[in-house]
Amino acid sequence: MAFPLPRPQAPQLPQHLIRTIDCQQGAVRAVRFNADGNYLLSCGSDKSLKLWSVSRGTLLKTYSGHGYEVLDADSSYDNSLICSCSSDKTVILWDVATGQVTRKLRGHAGKVNCVQFNEEATVMLSGSIDGTVRCWDTRSRRYEPIQVLDEARDSISSIKVAQHELLTGCVDGRVRRYDLRMGQLHVDFISSPITCVCFSQDGQCTLSSSLDSTVRLLDKSTGEMLGEYTGHKMKGYKLDCCLSNKDTHVLSCSEDGHVYCWDLVEGSLTLKLPVGKAVVQSLSFHPTETRLLTAMEGRVQVWEAEPEVIEEEGMAT
Amino acid sequence: MASDGDSEEDFVSYGTPLEPLEEDEPLKKPIPLHEQTVKDEKGRYKRFHGAFTGGFSAGYFNTVGSKEGWAPSTFVSSRQQKAEKPRSRPEDFMDEEDFSEHGIAPAQITTSQEFSSSRRDEAAEKARAVGAQAALIPGDTLLEEFIAPARSSVGVELLRQMGWREGQGVGPRVKRRARRQRAESGARVHSCVMPPAGSEDSEDDDDEEFAPENVTFAPKDVTPVDFTPRSGLQGLGYRGLNPGLALLGRGAAEHIDLFKPQSESRSQLFGERRSGSRRGGVAGQAFGVGALEDDDEDVYHRDSMSKYDTVLGGEEPGDGLYGWTAPQQYTQRTGRSRDASYLGKILEGFTLAQNPAKEKTVFPPPSLPRDYRPIHRFHPSAPSLSSLPGVSPALAEALRTSRGHMVKEEPQQGGRHQLDSGQRRALLGEDSLQGPTSVMELLRPEDRERLLNLRNASTKTPTSDSHSAVPAAGLRAGSTVAASAPPPSPSPSSSGSQQQEALAAWRGVQPSSQTFKPFEKNPSKQARYELYLSRLRQGDRDALEQSLDLGMTEWERSREREEFVRASILYRPSSSSLSSRFTRSKHLEDDDTVEVSQEEKGDVDDKEAAVRMKLFGKLTRETMEWHPDKLLCKRFNVPDPFPGSGLVGLPKVKRDKFSVFNFLTVTESREAAAPPKPPEPGKKSRWDVSEQKEEGRKGDPLSEMLSTARTQTSAPAALPAPTSSGDQTEVKSAEQPSSEKKEGDEEEEQEEEEDSRPPMDLFKAIFASSESSSSSEGESDKEEEDTTKDGGKMESQPQNLFNITSSTTSSIASSSQTAAASSQAPARENEQERAEFGPKLPPPAAYRGASIGEEKHSKRSRERKHKSKKQHKHKKEKKKKKQKKHKHKGKQKKSKKEASDSSSEDTDVDEDEGGDGQVSTDELLKRLKSVRSHQSC
Repeated sequence: MAFPLPRPQAPQLPQHLIRTIDCQQGAVRAVRFNADGNYLLSCGSDKSLKLWSVSRGTLLKTYSGHGYEVLDADSSYDNSLICSCSSDKTVILWDVATGQVTRKLRGHAGKVNCVQFNEEATVMLSGSIDGTVRCWDTRSRRYEPIQVLDEARDSISSIKVAQHELLTGCVDGRVRRYDLRMGQLHVDFISSPITCVCFSQDGQCTLSSSLDSTVRLLDKSTGEMLGEYTGHKMKGYKLDCCLSNKDTHVLSCSEDGHVYCWDLVEGSLTLKLPVGKAVVQSLSFHPTETRLLTAMEGRVQVWEAEPEVIEEEGMAT
Repeated sequence: MASDGDSEEDFVSYGTPLEPLEEDEPLKKPIPLHEQTVKDEKGRYKRFHGAFTGGFSAGYFNTVGSKEGWAPSTFVSSRQQKAEKPRSRPEDFMDEEDFSEHGIAPAQITTSQEFSSSRRDEAAEKARAVGAQAALIPGDTLLEEFIAPARSSVGVELLRQMGWREGQGVGPRVKRRARRQRAESGARVHSCVMPPAGSEDSEDDDDEEFAPENVTFAPKDVTPVDFTPRSGLQGLGYRGLNPGLALLGRGAAEHIDLFKPQSESRSQLFGERRSGSRRGGVAGQAFGVGALEDDDEDVYHRDSMSKYDTVLGGEEPGDGLYGWTAPQQYTQRTGRSRDASYLGKILEGFTLAQNPAKEKTVFPPPSLPRDYRPIHRFHPSAPSLSSLPGVSPALAEALRTSRGHMVKEEPQQGGRHQLDSGQRRALLGEDSLQGPTSVMELLRPEDRERLLNLRNASTKTPTSDSHSAVPAAGLRAGSTVAASAPPPSPSPSSSGSQQQEALAAWRGVQPSSQTFKPFEKNPSKQARYELYLSRLRQGDRDALEQSLDLGMTEWERSREREEFVRASILYRPSSSSLSSRFTRSKHLEDDDTVEVSQEEKGDVDDKEAAVRMKLFGKLTRETMEWHPDKLLCKRFNVPDPFPGSGLVGLPKVKRDKFSVFNFLTVTESREAAAPPKPPEPGKKSRWDVSEQKEEGRKGDPLSEMLSTARTQTSAPAALPAPTSSGDQTEVKSAEQPSSEKKEGDEEEEQEEEEDSRPPMDLFKAIFASSESSSSSEGESDKEEEDTTKDGGKMESQPQNLFNITSSTTSSIASSSQTAAASSQAPARENEQERAEFGPKLPPPAAYRGASIGEEKHSKRSRERKHKSKKQHKHKKEKKKKKQKKHKHKGKQKKSKKEASDSSSEDTDVDEDEGGDGQVSTDELLKRLKSVRSHQSC
């Protein structure tokens, strides 16, 4: 035994369709994994929010209480709470088990585009078309936000939280990062309206997709651009982008019905995943495994790196 | 027996006796509470009403509330029995209890008021109090009391009969003289009053001189001891504040005592001032004098600040600086005499110094020579002289003075400091910052001097004053003597350059009142100087000569010339010298919004350039201080970065700048400024606008699109490649002109209505079919299928709402509506996204195929969609399709504009193919109008 054989490169991209879930809730506005990736949340345009099991593709719970289409959702780290936001200007905190509305928070002046828990699910952060981010307390019974971040000059399209940092993408073409620990606000100007922002898993980079059909990877501390990923089409719709679970690839929805997948370092297009004919609106990458959720129209599709066993496929179809 | 019988008869027993206790009887259990009932005399249960037990029985046999309820007496007609039925008295309505002893109308015999004891009737008083409250004037029973009949009890009457007078004591008359009643008996009412000594006991024998033998006196009236129990927690002798005394500060002696000087020291302290002034105020003696104490004022006395010395001094031997531990010599000093000898007022806390301060020895400045001028002038000639080896500066000076113009020269030599600074300023090159300067001035004065000397040596310099015969050695002073004639101005080379300098400095400077006036003492000189300055400002080269007074002697003139030039250089306007060094502040402090917008614009331009060059990083990043809320930090488990700062958010930023509304209005104004667009009539508020043209908020793609749209609409051209709907438009336009032209005049009016009308889809959504709600996808599918099948029929109804003109176009309408119907569903879906600002959400429309049982149709629709994609129309254009459909309806009437419409539509289509065109409804309308006006012109 001279040298151990180099391990074959594990297929790192989810390119096999495992399951298609027909959500029966109108267009799926957003699809999200929960914290551990076993469940998924689908936000429907028929005002409902649904919780599914990823492995079996079964519907577990339907949360209804919104007055208009649900635009985003997030689940807490312990799977006990779900927050969702809607075009009806409200943010709702759900109890997962009972499906009841724990809290319905009004305050935004327009539809709420995005919502996110912080790490301990003590604060909900919601970004709205009214240009504000509101920080809602889940611990107290207050119905007023703890703080309103109104620095944005246009609609907040996306928001992400990582530890003590808050990343917002705004239609005014700026990515703002609020550092709570340092008490600083960093504004990166990206000229084109931002549709989605992400932190990388290591928390050192930010990913932002904008309406000039470009996804940019910026260094978090300096704001320098580390990578630029183009080729997809994102011109009019608010579509998602994300990083793969190991920060190896950058993924973005596209209006041409594909999910584009670039190598993070090289910036080359490694995979063009054909999802369907329509716009791929939302996607979510599994936190630990190579698994991808895409939402197109009314369906959610689950993609994995390796083809699924036949029996489950039978179930799925 | 008899005794037994007597004893039995003697006892009167009241009440019911207790049952005799029998021995061995087990103790009775106490009756539980719920069995303790109250019964009335007849053994009926007594029911108590009200919150507590005190209510009267109510109703017939106390039946109110029970199931029997109220049982009124049976009605008997009084028609026949008028006589028998007496009028009812109040007693008829009373209960038995009311007639009992404590009722309101006791029927038994009670003691009448006359015979009752003098104890007050509490019930009556209470009743009176209640009555007083209800009286006309609350509490007004005074009148009643005044006119109440004098009613005295029988005992009093009897006593009076026996000769008793009120105020006298009761008892046998006594022989001794009437004791003088003590004035204060009864005046002071304490809770415990010492009983006054009996008149007999306290009788004094010393003053009975006027008492006749046969006169007897009534005994002294004895005030009964008042055994009022003490209530309250105050100590013995407590007396409440007497507000009259306390507030007015006058009255009882006790209060006066309060403010009296208490001790000798205090009286000394305050002296006479204190005695006259007596304060009011509630500073009373809350705890009074005890019964047995005579005048112990300090038992419960309130401590007052006046007991304390507020001023140091008084008994202290010294001045209070050291207290009793003062140093020996300090206390024993005899410096009083010196203090006394000091005439001025000695400040409090200060004493005269023991030792007189040392006198400062002041050395007088050396007396200056009479003709000394405190100006030193640096003479370039002097170094040249002194630089010669072996020639000392003193010698050089002597040489120079030996020329014989010392007297004149001296005043021109400035003091070293001024001159040096002036030259330093010149040296700093401030003149070089001015516009018209020569290379000469860039040189150092020495070099310049040397150069000039060289030039002077070779030729007569034309620029320097030609008339002056300047010695080559540069001893310019000599020239002034040699010079003559009215245009003498023998300004030497150095002063000439200085003059230029001054000219350069002062040229174009606006006169201001703040210019320094160096010759203020001499007004005429100052006036000449100002004249010189004003000419300098005008750029006059020979300003100096013109401003000088011709009547002066040559010597004076030359001296003044020098001074003026120097002064003008020294006090050159700061604006010229300083302005070049400083840049004007960029922003004004006060107006935020304007400043911000400007700043923003520049910033954004810079940043956009950076973005275009992909120079992310410092150029595109801004970092600012941001204060998170304290609670937010707590929730994030992060220490507050700015503990103690109450600020939240961005500290320096004015809020109003960053509201989305400002942003909106900016865009709006920009759009409104676009030339080809007619003004929108219906633009009322921002929200209206946002509803109408939600796409306008899109930002960059929109502005690009707008610009392209403008260029294209301004140059309408026949463009090919119409879409499927465009085809029908063409057909329709070919069909219509004949019918349309008839109605041509009406159309003009109706166009206006048409514009203000909401889009067709709105009406459709309301009227056409209830199932067209966008939330249910399957239904919309079905509906769409329907409309594709028989679109004309379905659409004709809402269409008629608008077709006021005629029904001739129905067939055409149907044809256009089929085209419209193909895009109807997406159009409707787009409606809910109309009120958006940011990037839209993809339409859920394409999802229609996913519903069950519509597989075939969904396939078809997808195919169609796919086809449309092949035609380079992506979904965003669905809105446009709707738009077109809307326009088609208008077109049925607008025959003349048909061609232009179609062409403009083609323009739209072309745009769409171009990429990111998203045109809102009224955008298209506007374009339509602009094209129309263009044609009509």
